[in-house]
This record gives sequence, C-alpha cells and structure tokens, in this order.
Amino acid sequence: MLEMTEKIGSVMVVGGGISGVQTALDLAESGFKVYMIERKPSIGGVMAQLDKTFPTNDCSMCILSPKLVEAARNPMITMMTLSEVVGVSGEAPNFEVTVKQHPRYVREDRCVGCGLCIEKCPSKTVNEFDMGMVQRKAIFVPYAQAVPTKYSIDETKCLFLTKGRCGNCKKVCPADAIDFEMKEIIEKVHVGAIVLAPGFEIFDAKLKREYGYGEFKNVLTSLEFERVLSATGPYQGHVVRPSDHRTPVRVAFLSCVGSRDDKVGNDYCSSVCCMYGLKQAIIAGEHTAGLKPTMFFMDVRAFGKEFEDYRARAENEYGIKIFRGTRVASIEEDPETKNLWIRYSNGAESNTEEFDMVVLLVGFEPPANAYQLSKALDFNLNNYGFAETSVFNPLETSRAGIYVTGAFSAPKDIPQSVAEASGAASKAGGHVYKNRVQYVKAEVPEIQVEGQEPRIGVFVCDCGINILATVNVPKVVEYAKTLPNVAWAEEGKYACSADFQERIKQRITEQKLNRVVVASCTPRTHEPLFQSTMEEVGLNPYLFEMANIRDHCSWVHQHEPEKATQKSMDLVRMAVAKSRLLEPLKKSKLGVLHSSVVIGGGLTGMTAALDMAAQGFPVHIIERERELGGNMKNIQNEEGGIRPSQYLESLVSRIREDDKITVHMNASVTDVSGFVGAFKVKTSKGDEIETGAIVVAVGGQQYKPKEYMYGQDPKVVTQWELEEKMLKGPVHAKSVVMIQCVGSRNKEAPYCSRVCCTEAVKNAINIKRTSPSTDVYILHKDIRTYGFREDYYKRAGELGVKFIRFNENADPKVEKQGAGLSVMVDDVILGETVRLQPDLVVLSTGIRPNHDNEKLAKFLKVPLSKDGYFLEAHMKLRPVDFATSGIYLAGLAHWPKFMDEAIAQASGAAARAMTIISKDELTGTAFVAVVDETKCKACGTCEEVCAFKAVSMIEISPGVSKARVNPMICKGCGGCGAVCPTGAIVSTHFTDKQLLAAAKSILNEVTE
Amino acid sequence: MTDFEPRLLGILCNWCSYAGADLAGVSRYQYPTNLRILKVMCSTRVTPNILLEMFKSGVDGVLVGGCHIGDCHYITGNYYTEKRIAMAKSLMKTAGLEPERLSFYGVSASEGKRFADLVTDFVETIRKLGPSRVTTDEKLRRRLNVAIETAKAYRLRLLNGKELSLVQAGNVYNKLIDAKKLDTIIDRAVKEEFERNFILQLTKDRPLSVREMAEELDAPPDEVLEQIVVLRSKNLIAMDTIVGVTPKYRAIVAGGC
Repeated sequence: MLEMTEKIGSVMVVGGGISGVQTALDLAESGFKVYMIERKPSIGGVMAQLDKTFPTNDCSMCILSPKLVEAARNPMITMMTLSEVVGVSGEAPNFEVTVKQHPRYVREDRCVGCGLCIEKCPSKTVNEFDMGMVQRKAIFVPYAQAVPTKYSIDETKCLFLTKGRCGNCKKVCPADAIDFEMKEIIEKVHVGAIVLAPGFEIFDAKLKREYGYGEFKNVLTSLEFERVLSATGPYQGHVVRPSDHRTPVRVAFLSCVGSRDDKVGNDYCSSVCCMYGLKQAIIAGEHTAGLKPTMFFMDVRAFGKEFEDYRARAENEYGIKIFRGTRVASIEEDPETKNLWIRYSNGAESNTEEFDMVVLLVGFEPPANAYQLSKALDFNLNNYGFAETSVFNPLETSRAGIYVTGAFSAPKDIPQSVAEASGAASKAGGHVYKNRVQYVKAEVPEIQVEGQEPRIGVFVCDCGINILATVNVPKVVEYAKTLPNVAWAEEGKYACSADFQERIKQRITEQKLNRVVVASCTPRTHEPLFQSTMEEVGLNPYLFEMANIRDHCSWVHQHEPEKATQKSMDLVRMAVAKSRLLEPLKKSKLGVLHSSVVIGGGLTGMTAALDMAAQGFPVHIIERERELGGNMKNIQNEEGGIRPSQYLESLVSRIREDDKITVHMNASVTDVSGFVGAFKVKTSKGDEIETGAIVVAVGGQQYKPKEYMYGQDPKVVTQWELEEKMLKGPVHAKSVVMIQCVGSRNKEAPYCSRVCCTEAVKNAINIKRTSPSTDVYILHKDIRTYGFREDYYKRAGELGVKFIRFNENADPKVEKQGAGLSVMVDDVILGETVRLQPDLVVLSTGIRPNHDNEKLAKFLKVPLSKDGYFLEAHMKLRPVDFATSGIYLAGLAHWPKFMDEAIAQASGAAARAMTIISKDELTGTAFVAVVDETKCKACGTCEEVCAFKAVSMIEISPGVSKARVNPMICKGCGGCGAVCPTGAIVSTHFTDKQLLAAAKSILNEVTE
Repeated sequence: MTDFEPRLLGILCNWCSYAGADLAGVSRYQYPTNLRILKVMCSTRVTPNILLEMFKSGVDGVLVGGCHIGDCHYITGNYYTEKRIAMAKSLMKTAGLEPERLSFYGVSASEGKRFADLVTDFVETIRKLGPSRVTTDEKLRRRLNVAIETAKAYRLRLLNGKELSLVQAGNVYNKLIDAKKLDTIIDRAVKEEFERNFILQLTKDRPLSVREMAEELDAPPDEVLEQIVVLRSKNLIAMDTIVGVTPKYRAIVAGGC
C-alpha cells in the first residue's frame, strides 16, 4: 500500500511533536511525500501537554492545534501512529526503512471519535497525558484534541485482550470500528532521506531522593504542574495541592532538577527550565489570587529573544521572589499539614523555609528509545546520549542522509526546535528535490449561496478556560440563537481542535448553513483553519467571520466577567451583522519566480544560499562589504577541532563554485517592490533582481564599549581582541579579570546577548591552559552557558577560574591605580566588596542590531522588535517567517546566537523560502478592489493612490477609458475605493455596507 | 455622568494595530470594556463619510488604528488615513459634533501596552465628553446628514486622493504645494462644500431667503450669498420667488420638473 506507484521524492520523519510536524509540513509544502512515524497513538508531543508557552504566554494548544490539523489533512503526509522504526538499509537517497506498526485494535477508517466506547469500558489505568494524576480507560484517546481523533486500545489493560472477556466497546461501537484481531504489521518504506524528531524524556525526579518526589504528595514535577495549570488538566486549571485539593499560597520552584548535576549523571544544562519555570510562576499567580511563588535558581538563564524582559516582569511586576546562586539541599515534609520545609543556602548563610507546594523544574534527557534508535538507524549518540551533531553541521547525524531536529540533539526551546525542523526539511529535501511534485487540491463542488436567505452557524469557543473563565459562554451561545438569520449556535471546548472541525462540517451540512461565525481567538492565526474546514464541505471560505472574544475580550477584561460577557455578545452580534452581508469570493492565481535573494553574505546568508542552490534554485546574495563572511571573520576559537576561519574559507569557495549562486559585492538594497512570488530588489549597484522570495540575513554587530576605561587604557580589551592576542601566544599576565554583560542587560540594551558567557568561559579556559599560574576572574550576573556548553563552565571551574557574582544594578568599577588597574566588585556570595588588581581587563561585549535595520525594514515592510532586531511573525511557531509572506529571517538579524544556531536557522529560512519558490503558482488574495465601470469617470485618482500599481486606466473603446484592477497585484487595502469620487470602486469583503452594518450593530440591533 | 459607559468602535488595520490589540491580550494588559473592534485590511479603507455614518448611528467615539507612519503594510495607506481623519474631524466640527470623538493612532504589532493605554485614555476622554447627542439633538442630526453628503462630494473625495501627489509631485502646473497650505485648502473646501450642501438641503422643499438660510446655517449672510452664486452657476439652485424686495431660492432637484 505504501509503495509509491510514481516516483515522488519522499522523506521519513520520525516523531510527531512540534518539531516533526513542522518538518513534515515544510516538506509537504515543497512538493515532497512525507511518512510521519509516531510511537504514540496520536501526534502533538510534549507541546500538547503544555498550558502556556513563554515569552508570549500564548495558549500552547491554541497555537499547536492548527498545525496538527494541517498535518493531518495534508494529502502529502501519511501518518503512521503507534509505529516505530526498527531498521534501515541502503543509503540516501535510496533508504529502505522497516517500520513496525503496533495494532490499534480500532480501525482508523471507521472510528468517528464519538466516545461511546469509553463509557462502557470497565478497565482503568493511569492517564499518561495528565502525568498519571488522573485515570483513563483501556480504550482511549490521549487527549481531547488529539490528532488523529481515533481511539486505540491499550492491550495491556483491555480485559478482552488480556483475559478474553468483556468486549463492551465492540458491542457499543456504532461504526463497527473495533477489531480485536488486528496484528502487528511490519512494513518497508522507501524514502530518500530521514529526519529524526523523537523529542526528549524528562528527568526522573525520584532519583533526587533528597527532594522526596513520589513520597511527598505536594512535590510535583514541572510537567505535572503544567497539567495542573491546564484547563484540560486534572483540576481544570485550578491550582490546588494534590494532598488536600486546597489552594496553595507559598509555592516553591526549584531549578536544575536533573540538570547541571553530575550526581545524577546529567552535567549539561537543560536550557529551557529557567524560562518555563518563570512562566509557570507567572501563570500560577494569574490563576490564583494571593499565590506567592518563590524561585530557587543557580543562575537565571534568560538568554532568548525577549526572555530577559520576561524575567524582569516576573520579578518586578508579578512580584516573584527569586534566589540566585542557590541549590536547594533537601526537602522535608510536615507529616500533618503535608507542607514542605526547604533547606537552602543563600550566600554564606543556610536557611529553612516552609512552603505549601513545591514544583521541581525537571531537566531534559534523551528519549528512552534513543539507544535503540541509534542502533536501528546506525548513527552516533554523544556522551550525554543525545544525537551527535557538530557546530558546523548542527542538523546532521553521523550517517549521511539522516538528519535531526529538536530536543533530540540537545535540550532546546520550541522556537529553536521549529527553526531546526524547517532546517532539517531543507537538508532532507536536498536528497529528493529532483522528484518534486505539484499537488493539486481536489476541488469540492461549491455550494451555491447566491440569492439564498443567510443561514448562519455561530460557534463559540471556551478556549479551555481562556475564554470560559471570564466570559459566560453558554449565555453568549443562547444570545447568538436570538440574532437574525442565525440558524445554529453551539459551544466548543476548543473550536480549533480536529474533532470540532468535523463538528462544524457536520453542522454546515445538516443545518444547511451558508455562513459561519466563530467566536474565539484572533483571525490573524485561526481564520485559515476554519476557512479550510468550510471549503472541505464546499462552502466558500469567505462566508466566514470571526469574533475575537479572547485576545480582545476575556484576556483584557479578566476582572470584569459581566461586562466581558456583554462585550462578547456585542462582538458576536457585530460578526453576525457583517456575516449576513458577506458574499462568496474567488482567489486569483499567480506564477512564481523560482529563485531567491539573500540579503547578507555572512555565515547565515551563505548557508541559506547553499541550501537553496542545492535544490536547484538560483540565488542572489547581496553583501554590502567587499568580502563574504560577516562577523565570522572575527571568531577564532576552534569548534570540534575546526577553526571557524577554515570553515569560512570552504564555505566561500563553495559559494564561488556554485553556478546557481550570484554574489553582489559592495552592494546594499535600495528598494524592494512586488510581492510574494514576484519581488523586485534593487541594489546600490543599479541591479534589479527579480525573485520569488527574500531571506534577511543581515547579521548584527558587536557592541563598542564606552565603559570600564575601554579605549583609555590598553590593558582593557574586548574578548575578540583577547582572542586575537592569544593567536600570537599565551597571555602574559598574573591576573585577568573578565567582566560580563558589557553593553547587555543594562538600560540601553536590556536584553541578554546570549553568547558572551560561553565566549568568556572558553577564553578563560584557554588562558588557564597556556598559563596555569594566571589568576582568571569572571565577574557576572548569571553564567548562561546553556545546553552542553555547561561543560565549559564546569571545566573552567576545575581549572581554577574564579566566578564572582554581582547584582543587577551594581556594576563593577574599573579605575587606574598607579601604572595598573583596580577593579572593585560587590561579591553577592561573600556579601562584601572585593578589590582586584589585574594586568588585563577583558570586556564581554554584547551584540547589537545593525544600525540600518530600520531602513531595510521599511523597504521590506516588515517590523522590528523594540530592541531593533527583526521581528518574526510569531515568536514561538513562526521563528523564521515574517508576517509578510515570501520574506524570511535568520541569524543575528533575528537575535544574538551561536554559529550552530545561526546555521540551523539559515537552513530553516531556506526551507521556508523553498515552500514558495518550489511552487508553480500561488493563489492571490480574494480581497480586491472591483470597479463598477458604469460609474467610473476615469479621473485617475485611484491610479495615483495605489502604491502597488495595481490600478491602471485602460481604453476600452475609442476615447473611453475605465479604471481596471489587476487582482493578482491588488492587496485589497481599499485605498482606491476610499478616494473614488464617484464611488465606483468597492473593496470586496470590506464594503461600506458590510462595515456599516457591523459598526451600527454595536449599539443594539442588527439592521440592514 | 459617572455611570455613563461610552459605546466605542475601534477600526483597526490587520497588520499593525489589530496585531497590537492581540498582543495586549496575549500580555494580559487590562483595559476598559467599552471598545468593540472591527478589522479592516488597512486603515486607508476608512472614509470620512463612513465615519460620519457611524457617528450618525449614535456611537460615542471611534478609534481608528493603523501602522505607524512609514510602517504601513500598504506603503502609503496610513498617510492618506491621517489626512482623511483630519477631514472627517473638520466635518464633525462644522456639523457641531466634538471632533475629539474621533481619533487616529499608529500602533505597531509589538505595542500591546500602548494599545491598552490608548484605549484607556480614549474611554476617559469620551467619558468626559459625555454621551453623543446625535440621537437626541435634532439640529445636530440634520447637520450631520449634510456633513455625510458633503463627505461624499466629488471635490472632497478627489482632494482625498490628490494629497500625496500634490505635496510630493506638484499640481498640473508642476507647482509643489506645501503640506500646510494643502490643509488650508482642504479646510476651506470642507467649509464651502458643507455650506453648499446645507443650502441645497434646506431649500429642497421650500424656498428660503439668504437671511433665513444664514440663520439656519449659523453663518454670515454674505458667505451664504457667495455659495448661492456658485450653486447658481452650477445650475443647482434658482430664484423661486421674490417676497417684497427679498429673493427666495429653491434647490433644483435633478430629474424633477
């Protein structure tokens, strides 16, 4: 069945978490067949279990669910759940993969997910999705919004399968889907490349016996706590103690549980726990009035985009108490109250404190089947048991043609995993690009609605409790039923879930609905999902309207439930008023230029260009300097035995030799016009490049210090300058002081530059190695050597590098003292001022955005973040996209990062660009200007105001001109219609009539 | 006036201000519940006549949000919006409705806090102004009707679209017009068009003298006469009767007898 009859480039993705799903979607969008292998009965991974995600506090399920639904409905993706890879033979691009599929005992083609079987199933077991805090039946779906929403039977718990009795489910199943005869299936699948995305396992907190996890009821792991916070969790989102279901007040969060801890064998830092811990503390406080979180950190590692801001808000706005440089020694339980006594050291003193509840921020470990997977697929694991990769090939395993994305190569957060996922798609696509196919969507015959009385279906979402906690949803539903032309109204727990899409389709058909209104979150993220759902049953997707009762209501009126309910009713009324007047629209099609422009010729830009050229697409690199390489030219420290300059040379020569790549040197962008699929980029050299997509890889720059006597005393240097010095020989100094956060985490640049801690620690090690007698001090606020970089920190400590922590607003002082220098610092641990007299002061300078980002942003019409970096479409799930389609982002232009991260992101941006330029045609917008030629007087005003040159005057008969709009170029802004003196131009979907009907309806009734 | 809850409409562009409002939600910045948001692709979609129509229906205030100038997803859209809002305000003032009830702001996708603050301030401003008198004040409603007709007038809509080119490229005589002067031109056009429309409206059903019109219009008689001269030259009004020594005028209804 899985043998492809025609030759289509296909790729296997192992793992159906967010990373695997993103890889699969990007490959499918680029014209490749994808086999997705998932061990569990449904996809979604750990992200599905999360309540919110940092730093935007987006509801995790809300942003994930549309992707899962998209993956499930994409005809290029074949999903194989309950499956695992047991062997691979051949080599890229001719792998033969052996897949073992475990029996589901429920036929996927028949199960409708009605849930009748669950009611009758007598056998209970722990619910793994809720971390065992509640129970589930032997026949189950892992979670309500699971994709696919198909039941499966747990063969170890089913009475029929274990003891041959019961069979209730089979009796009640209306679809005759239960099949106890199902057997394990072994299948052979032929693919050109393999991407591994099996995710991670959390640390088993029982191994930290001193914390009493598993013994003390009110000690939870963070993943358990995540379920506690979730509206779909065991306590419906109420923060309560497992021991007595009372609301806790004093909640302690302990970081580095199972991380940075050689006692448990995990030396590395898990990279994300500090941030998710802060998030949990903030959200818990929001859920529960009076809750007082206290957090115990070794360091607060808030190194990502907008993380430091988040940390500051947690401390200053939410009043979360934070201890730094602290590891909790032990936890004791009060046997009566079940409260917990925490013993910890703070500076020099040792304290104990009582808490109602303790959350252990557990670290990441390799997935349980990592070893087995590495044997079956024959690739290497690193010392820590994660997939082995290298700095310059961060997405490649040791076996050619097998790639890795997400937490399997190192602990990392969601955006980084998603960027890598796209990157892995780019790499995998390189093996199969010759067999790309264009998938043509089967058209469902459209239901004719013209001339019919509107029959509106209103679907109001609870969004778990995101809406329900503030808005009286049932009341809104009842109210909706009273509105004119509303034929149906109902409530949904998650309107975006796969099962609810089925529900909407069912209602459209059975209630003969010809308009749909969804009251839930923002149309900016969810409109396309509902529109596709409508299309699947033949309803024109523009007969759709959304009421944003979450982002614009429940979330911003959390303390005014009554008014928020009223407002929700008003917003639904507005949507209904507009919906009644909606008309079906059609999109136009547009050809795509199969080439790309990369702005910036540093490591990131070159990597992106090579990836796209590898799949046969012509690429133009625009580099403003005289040579390629950007910041990488200044990086000296070896990575895995390779000097960056060496790697750079090979990269440049590959670029030079690639006949698909054209390099424009000494050139900057002077104008960008056009749109996705057909941009025109002008350069200062006078070139005009036509391109289908644009990758922004303009890099960043090193901060030039003004502080600490830099420039005034030759003994004060930057880390880069130190590295250059050390190329020439060992540093001759008795004592070296390094100062962290120079130009970072201050008033001017409040963010963390991410790389400086590791750089300092590495340089300190190098000094110690070449000159062991030199004293090296690193003065810091936190040491943020996250991931496996923690190893450097540990080694530096072993070599005798001294770390001195100073406070946020107590920067050290550097002064001249005779011929030498004196450095004063307030040591937090000692609680006193330390005076050092170094021969060399090394400043760990931060990274700053390019000064001319603003200019480029204006040309591209894309936004910058408040720190001056380019701002992606969504910080969590669209890390390399801009909101404007066809333009992508990677490297330092996005945020400070290490070389491996920039490389992965560059491949990610390339993959995203290739989802566009690999297509033969794109579909245009349906929102366009339409001219009523009988009213048009050809005054030409519309032509003048159109910035896209979409309108022109066409002579339709001798002496008679009329305005004509090119629907492919028209963006639907409505500018021409607004100035047309005769009112001849109408903006579809935003007509005067439609807007006025919605506007007027805010007052009371719906009128024509 | 303390329990007055303003009913406010927000018209936000898809790319910046709507996203900013979403971010306010994501960040849980709390603000008063009075605003009901309507999404448009670009703030440039908003015309003076549609805004005035909204006010006519009784809303207490309208907050229009776009991208910051220079950030517009459609390049120049919000520049036109700014001018159009000025024209709408000018018409509101002429009609007797407080122009403060209408405001226009640039809000970027990353300015959730700013959005929440703007809404809070706007609600406060309208609270101080009190409820719109549109539904209770007959005279105001009539003047607002005239303002709507005026906003639809050929001349004003044309001016709406010519601003950028007049300021940047020059007029048909290749003469650049500075932005300030253009504002004066627009203001004058608004006033003239309003008066002309008002006169036509007043004399649609019954002939009136210049003095009578001036009283209704709250304008000096010589100004009214000036507009009558223009209207007569366009064949839109004619002398109907002479009572004593006073001529009375009546609007010529197109297509009528």
